[in-house]
Amino acid sequence: MSIASTNRMTPYLFLAPAGLVLAFALFYPICYMIYASFLDWNPSQRIGEAEFVGLRNYFKLFSDDAFRESMGVTLKFAAVVVTIEMFLGVGLALLLDRNIRGMSVLRTLFILPMMIAPIVVGLMWRYMYHPTVGIFNKTLKSWGFDGIPWLSDGSWAFASVVIADVWQWTPFIFILSLAALQSLPASAIEASRIDGASGWQQILYIKLPLMLPVLIVTLLLRLIDSFKVLEVILVMTNGGPGLSTEILSLRINRTASEFRELGEAAAMSNLLLIVLLILTFTMFIYNKAQDARAARLRAVEEEV
Amino acid sequence: MPDIRLQNLRKDYGAVNVIENLNLDMADGEFTVLVGPSGCGKSTTLRMIAGLESVTGGQIMIGDRDVSKLEPKERDLAMVFQDYALYPHMNVAKNMSFALRLARMNKADIETRVKEVAATLDLTAYLDRKPAELSGGQRQRVAMGRALVRDAGTFLFDEPLSNLDAKLRGQMRAELALMSQRIKKNMIYVTHDQVEAMTLGDKIVVMKFGEIMQAGTPEELYRNPANKFVAGFIGSPTMNFLSAELIEEGGTLSAKGDGFAIPLPDARKSSLQAHKDRQIHLGIRPSSFAEGPGGLKMPVILSEYIGAQSVLISELGGERVAIEVNTVVPIRAGEEREFTVQGDEVHLFDPKTEIAL
Repeated sequence: MSIASTNRMTPYLFLAPAGLVLAFALFYPICYMIYASFLDWNPSQRIGEAEFVGLRNYFKLFSDDAFRESMGVTLKFAAVVVTIEMFLGVGLALLLDRNIRGMSVLRTLFILPMMIAPIVVGLMWRYMYHPTVGIFNKTLKSWGFDGIPWLSDGSWAFASVVIADVWQWTPFIFILSLAALQSLPASAIEASRIDGASGWQQILYIKLPLMLPVLIVTLLLRLIDSFKVLEVILVMTNGGPGLSTEILSLRINRTASEFRELGEAAAMSNLLLIVLLILTFTMFIYNKAQDARAARLRAVEEEV
Repeated sequence: MPDIRLQNLRKDYGAVNVIENLNLDMADGEFTVLVGPSGCGKSTTLRMIAGLESVTGGQIMIGDRDVSKLEPKERDLAMVFQDYALYPHMNVAKNMSFALRLARMNKADIETRVKEVAATLDLTAYLDRKPAELSGGQRQRVAMGRALVRDAGTFLFDEPLSNLDAKLRGQMRAELALMSQRIKKNMIYVTHDQVEAMTLGDKIVVMKFGEIMQAGTPEELYRNPANKFVAGFIGSPTMNFLSAELIEEGGTLSAKGDGFAIPLPDARKSSLQAHKDRQIHLGIRPSSFAEGPGGLKMPVILSEYIGAQSVLISELGGERVAIEVNTVVPIRAGEEREFTVQGDEVHLFDPKTEIAL
């Protein structure tokens, strides 16, 4: 082998161990899951003993009301939390992007919720939502209002898990937006002030459009994450009451452990995986398009 | 267009005082250049006039309006930034029309105005392009265009040419000079480049450490610098400074240093009488040396041949001096030449206060 081709091979050689780990830790389970989704498989059986049923699991899912509802809850949950979080996170970033004494402390405080383990977040909120000893109802009652059935009424329970998720993940959008804001060209914003833009107009016409690439990636990242949320809701409501908060990952969990239908759970996981893959590809394509655009602009610049 | 007055202007950043007490009048339609080394407060002053920096004390009067507490948009001014500060997400036309669109001018008028200004700046072909698709010079022109469409009373320039290469800078400087002739508006221009200051300004304000060292026409500053700093700052190549003593011999005052004595004209005698027999600093412009017989014998240490001129580095009174002479044939280093200096072309400074005598 010539030296040049050895040199070309070197990076792959270094990548090989990671590639091997990836193959075993990622591709093998995925293939396993895809195969399992074609089986009628009970946890007490070994995989070889399970009966091959083809696409029956998938067909069953599409006619399964509980699954459809769970899919609906997941979509609703993702749409609602990401929308609220985007508005709050970007809004907070716009609000806190200034040099005031103590601002750095405040910023650090704001991102704390993100660093708490989801299980702990779930427990924390479950206690706060507790109908009698929780802080919310205690406060409400001390003010003379009735308690709210935070986790025992379907619509309230959905709102409650949304609030908990918003509490935990708004900081994520906040820090990314803040970073984007602080890297904006200061002089362009000053120029807009001279041009007569009010505070709102600066945000609307200059800051937000310039932040847009970061905001889109942030949105997609959060969307992907919100489809996978499990622990917080598991701890808080375990999907109930009824199916009101049973998001897809909970449904999968239940199908596997409670209903003992491993094949069906695998089919659901595959569907969720497809949804996430679509989102990930959207982000990938968006990034590619951005890179291509930047490259084209650079080329034009060198030319002129 | 009103005149602009800065009265007792003060700027502190926390405990640091940048500008202590600045007073400056700018006449209606005047092109004022604020010039000085970095950190002299010229940009801060401009940004205070623009309203981008708060004013710690004193007033900024535009006409008889105190604008020092007003928002930038209420001050009727346009500004060109050093890095152009174009809006990256808008094309050239949108960049130029942004202020007009904010002011809710009607669309047809905006279009005519933008097209008009674009035509004068050679930008018509680029109206649809984004800033990233333009060269440095074109971006610079868009920045100018954005200021021009505004038709504001005052134009502010914050080192607008310093990001351009030397050739383009010269070109843009000429265009700017033409533009300022065409539209007689208040213009305040900040630069650290004294050539820009000299060529563009009706009035030059030389600043140092937040203080005005001298304000006047380019000619005044060049011919009668008020102090050693201005003398050294204005003019290229820079003025030579030598230590000398002021002595009187046979009724004539002369500046005598190590190896030279330059007789001074009688007209200056009365004003210099008080400094007789004292140490002074002598300033001689490189162009004040004239080659000729009977002068000082000076060695040529280094010769920089530029073409019509040469700058020679020589030595006088133990100091390096630069001499600018007209040349046809390059002068070689190592030669010894004779130079005379006329007494009415030298500048004298008090060594302590550095004020011109």
